[in-house]
Amino acid sequence: MSETVNPVSVVDLKALFERVPYAKFLGVSFELKGDELTAVLPFKQSLIGNPVLPALHGGVVGAMMELTAVAQIFLTQNTGKVPKTIDISIDYLRSGRPVDTFARAHVTKLGRRIANVRVEAWQHNRADPIAALHGHFLLQASEAPSIVAGDQS
Amino acid sequence: MSEQPAFWEMMAQNASMMIAGTPQAQALGMRIVSIGQARAVVEVDWREDLVGDPETGVIASGVVTTLLDNTCGVAAFAALKEATSTATLDLRIDYMRPAKKGATIRADAQCYRMTRSVAFVRAFAFDGEDETDPVAAAQAAFMMGTSSKFGQNRKAPR
Repeated sequence: MSETVNPVSVVDLKALFERVPYAKFLGVSFELKGDELTAVLPFKQSLIGNPVLPALHGGVVGAMMELTAVAQIFLTQNTGKVPKTIDISIDYLRSGRPVDTFARAHVTKLGRRIANVRVEAWQHNRADPIAALHGHFLLQASEAPSIVAGDQS
Repeated sequence: MSEQPAFWEMMAQNASMMIAGTPQAQALGMRIVSIGQARAVVEVDWREDLVGDPETGVIASGVVTTLLDNTCGVAAFAALKEATSTATLDLRIDYMRPAKKGATIRADAQCYRMTRSVAFVRAFAFDGEDETDPVAAAQAAFMMGTSSKFGQNRKAPR
């Protein structure tokens, strides 16, 4: 799939996530090399879910991958609109070690209203991911008014 | 002499320790509301630094994800006869609607089936008393009896 990334949207992306308190709470940031977006989650003690092993909290890894998906859609779509999560499904493949975590997303399909996205998170070895996510995201269309009563999307 | 309390009863008596011993649960300010047999209710308050959408002030879906994951884990634990180590296999979450700004989010999880190696758990998250109007739903599976040597994750995987 060829995706043209407008440099303007990269600036928008950084600006977008700087305004999101929860992204700061986690400490997640985004790096862009060419058209490839990588999320970086530096390790800190407060991200631990199991202090015995110790292991990152599964929710933290899931949340980081979800943010990566949203960021990738934001870049791919390049309309300045932020998609809303409909559902996510996470496979945990390894326990997250107390080190930095990285994630990359691939937009499988960018439809008119829905985006299908896959994300992988890894630590030591990109080819040996610690978790994978696939999810559906609702694109924020300016037209197409809601047909469902009470639908806030 | 009365018989020994069930494992979940001992968990319920030490509920605050379960949060205190989990740094991310502590960071989010989670509170255990109740623990029953194979069941757990945990809540987290709305906080400025947990907002996911600065325009609406709605709490980040990631917070709901972590709360649901955590609550499902506690429910799976509360279905056991004795402590063992667990690992999340998978977690599926449906986000039905954004939570109301300022509302406390409450997750209610039930481990509805426990086999020798896998726990199956369902959970709902609410932002009010109305149980017919959840903000999110979760379905999780946990591996039971995984290896858990102290500090084993300090080494890189082979």
